[in-house]
Amino acid sequence: MARLPEIFERWFDAKNWRLRAHQAEMLHAAEAGEDALLVAPTGAGKTLAGFLPSLIALAAQPSGKLHTLYVSPLKALGTDIARNLQTPVAEMGLPITIETRSGDTPSNRRARQKEIPPNILLTTPESLLLLLSQENSADYFSALACVVVDEIHALAGTKRGDQLALCVSRLRALSQTRVVGLSATVAHPEAMRRFVGPRTRLVLAEDGAPPEVKMALPETEIPWSGHMGLKAAQMVLAQVEKAGMSIVFVNTRAQAELLFAEIWKHNEKNLPIAIHHGSLDIAQRRKVEATMAEGRLRAVIATSSLDLGIDWGGVDQVLQIGAPKGVSRLLQRLGRANHRLNEPSRAILVPANRFEVLECEAAMQGVREKALDGDPPRPGGLDVLAQHILGMACTGRFLPDDLYREVISAAPYADLPRQDFDDVLRFVEDGGYALAAYERYRKLFRDAEGYVYPANAKVTQQFRMNIGTIVEAPMIKIRLLGRRGGFGMGLGEIEEYFVNQLVPGDSFIFSGRLLKFIRLRETFVEVVEAPGKEPKVPAYAGARMPLTTNLASRVRAILHDPVCWGAFPAEVQEWLALQKRRSRLPGPEGLLVETFPRNGRWFMVVYAFEGRNAHQTLGLLLTKRMERAGFAPIGFVATDYVLATWSAYRPEKIDQLFQEDMLGDDLEEWMETSSLLRRSFRQVAVIAGLIPRQLPGAEKNRRQVTVNSDLIYDVLRKHQPDHILIRATRADAAHGLIDLSRIAALLARAKGRITHMELSRVSPLAVPVLLEIGREQVAGEAEDALLAETEALIAEATAENEFRHNFSHGPKGQNMLFQRS
Amino acid sequence: MTAAPIHFRNERLMLDPSGAAFWPAKRVLIVADLHFEKSTAFAAQGALLPPYDTRAALERLTRLVRLYRPAKLIALGDSFHDGKGPARLAKDDRARIEAMAREAQIIWVAGNHDATPHDLPGQCVAEHREGPFVFRHQAEPRLGLRDIEISGHFHPKASIESRAKRISRPCFVSDGASRLILPAFGSFTGGLDVRDPAIAKLFPRGLRVFLLGQEQLYSFALEQLGRLAEVA
Repeated sequence: MARLPEIFERWFDAKNWRLRAHQAEMLHAAEAGEDALLVAPTGAGKTLAGFLPSLIALAAQPSGKLHTLYVSPLKALGTDIARNLQTPVAEMGLPITIETRSGDTPSNRRARQKEIPPNILLTTPESLLLLLSQENSADYFSALACVVVDEIHALAGTKRGDQLALCVSRLRALSQTRVVGLSATVAHPEAMRRFVGPRTRLVLAEDGAPPEVKMALPETEIPWSGHMGLKAAQMVLAQVEKAGMSIVFVNTRAQAELLFAEIWKHNEKNLPIAIHHGSLDIAQRRKVEATMAEGRLRAVIATSSLDLGIDWGGVDQVLQIGAPKGVSRLLQRLGRANHRLNEPSRAILVPANRFEVLECEAAMQGVREKALDGDPPRPGGLDVLAQHILGMACTGRFLPDDLYREVISAAPYADLPRQDFDDVLRFVEDGGYALAAYERYRKLFRDAEGYVYPANAKVTQQFRMNIGTIVEAPMIKIRLLGRRGGFGMGLGEIEEYFVNQLVPGDSFIFSGRLLKFIRLRETFVEVVEAPGKEPKVPAYAGARMPLTTNLASRVRAILHDPVCWGAFPAEVQEWLALQKRRSRLPGPEGLLVETFPRNGRWFMVVYAFEGRNAHQTLGLLLTKRMERAGFAPIGFVATDYVLATWSAYRPEKIDQLFQEDMLGDDLEEWMETSSLLRRSFRQVAVIAGLIPRQLPGAEKNRRQVTVNSDLIYDVLRKHQPDHILIRATRADAAHGLIDLSRIAALLARAKGRITHMELSRVSPLAVPVLLEIGREQVAGEAEDALLAETEALIAEATAENEFRHNFSHGPKGQNMLFQRS
Repeated sequence: MTAAPIHFRNERLMLDPSGAAFWPAKRVLIVADLHFEKSTAFAAQGALLPPYDTRAALERLTRLVRLYRPAKLIALGDSFHDGKGPARLAKDDRARIEAMAREAQIIWVAGNHDATPHDLPGQCVAEHREGPFVFRHQAEPRLGLRDIEISGHFHPKASIESRAKRISRPCFVSDGASRLILPAFGSFTGGLDVRDPAIAKLFPRGLRVFLLGQEQLYSFALEQLGRLAEVA
């Protein structure tokens, strides 16, 4: 057992605390100068374990320099930890200075921090890169002894994590620092250990009490489809009433808004219940958080905006409304309840439909077995590397060989080929275009000795304006018009792409109000309150998380094994039993495909369970093949579990449709025009510094000085398809929106093991996906069809002569959209 | 790709979904706002955009020249993003323009971005008159009595409220009588909504837009743009 210095021991005694085993092991790691990864449940004194070695060292040897750097994904977390650290420092009277630094830090304080650094600085990855890009950074960080990365699981594997890893490599080059990672849940401990450093000591704290998770169903029947869980509102309210303070987690902002409205309809006792999500005005969010911290709320309906963050202590239970989507995500949310180690956190899962009943059961199994999920960290992004290279040039000159060595010492870039590094470097220098057009506009110069440095001060200035890897979707402000017109009141911001789905007269819910869309005016969405009407367009898509692979395979296993069904309500059991009789149940292996005729069309339902993103891509590829095979596909719809297509002719030789070469030419052809890739490209182009970041308040200007990223993408893809930014875009898409990796896995699993059930009518399991038809968003590819339809519609409505009776909408309006010529 | 006819008095113009117009009677091809060398102009400001915009626009233009075999090609101004644009042309791109000039006589109408004449083959003019048409860069608020004006400058685009979403595309704008404004043909050119007063006030008696589609144009009258929800 490590011995604490006397002053610390007295302080522990005074608190009636004992040094916990993992805290002691963290002290050992520090003494041995080792990097460490601490995995500990909430409430286990994780933060103290991370900082204790630094506090002891600084108490023994006061310093005027920066000793410990703390990095977390949230500004608020840094502020909270700084406050918590002040307690031991003040109570023991230690000569240690602690400060935070973020984009919100006033400039005079930032200037002072540059002159007189605190001993412990708490910051974010973005602010760290800014610090590192300053000219005096070598001196500033020279005495750095420890970097603490909090919530490391939320960073590793993301672009922010890539950026942080590169910064940490630079810090290691500038100092003798150790690195310490802190995390509550880690799905891939080995990968995470490598993320911290090559020889990291893994410190596992004792588990807390296992969480108590149960499922609760609305008293009415269990819906066949839908994801909002509104039927459960009254039941949720009853649960909230039974507990002191609850967080009600939902999956999307739209769901938060709708559920919030529904709950308040029934909230006759006026329980203080608030709403919290990422689009709401920041001041309003802070107010909700403060009210929560004071214990004055009974419940808050929240999206992932409350997944991470400061410890409120007083949360008694967590409710998850709708599918949990992943075990790790669920555990993270469970951890928000009850930050006392020895008491279980309590959670209630509320499925919104029948499939979600299965998913909730699978998630509960996963929680019991602690089977965390999530993909292993992917290789670091080349766009992030571009930003880093520019940043490192801004700190002073570098030799490419040295920087390459430094970069590959960061785990996400460990396997980065030298060629890729050189290509990215060239992109930063002069754009990296095959056409050597930009020699005279170079951003970086090389001198005779081979050192690289920025061409001028403007380059450095532009770099500072564009730092960071979070690229917000373009947002539009909402303005609520008063009764008598006038300027209107700002309500917050919504995504431009959501606004584009709206047609005047549509109503939607925002910030707990039902609003009617009037028009888009310059850079504002104008709305009025629309009392009493049901919202026509309830879905903001976008942020929906796909079902994880782990959970998907559990759902398949549960489906296949009637023994597991005992826990389900009778209607769900009957539903599954009926499926077994009429068709077959999808199994853990292979792939079940059903075909059946309905209303003059042929439906094909694919039980792939690979998540919505992968199914969308699969749907596009599959319908292309069906077209070539002459089945005349008309449309498709994808859910997290299932893909359904419909066609004019009966699909046959199903095996051939699912051959693995689907990912070859068809994919290439589709990627040519996919709007998904354009969206990815915009992010890549902003991060890599090709197009400037959207700065708040600069909208008008921005339109004049930037070029639309879609236009750039089209030209670049055509004329230099192997350009580094196109490569980075494809790499992103493979893991994100298109999810190619999972389609590849599916096709491999299905090979030679496709069970094709030819049915005479729809099967019970296929009903939910058929109910989704018509609710899905329209893909960008279908725009021309929409234009043609609209043109025809107007021609019909405004025709001066006879009404054209033969004008046809297509059998069901919506489906025309997917009509392929 | 299917071009759509539009009639002005006794003359017929074909509007091509690529954003060009063709006057079959005189075999004249018309394009607006090519904005060649926009990428290199941006590069000088520190944004190293892909330098393929000129080439991409020229390739599209060359395809049109092959398709329509015009005797004359009229570029309605802002053919270059700035006055120094012609000097920055890559050798290949200059050669492409020269090759085109051997097929058709090129009339470079001056624009606000490229007001000064340059040395490329063809004629640099302030405006060009032929038949009933006057070809100029920016529409004049008041037209000559018998003039039919063909212009560019505004990069018009329009958005249509369809059943599922708002769709925004570059477009031709016309009153069907005396004015036609072409969309920008350049690779990196954005747009101005036709409801912006700068465009709308040129059409006091209403306007019709022709949105560029992949294979064809889609036509709407302005008063329909906003009111579609009621129709639907």
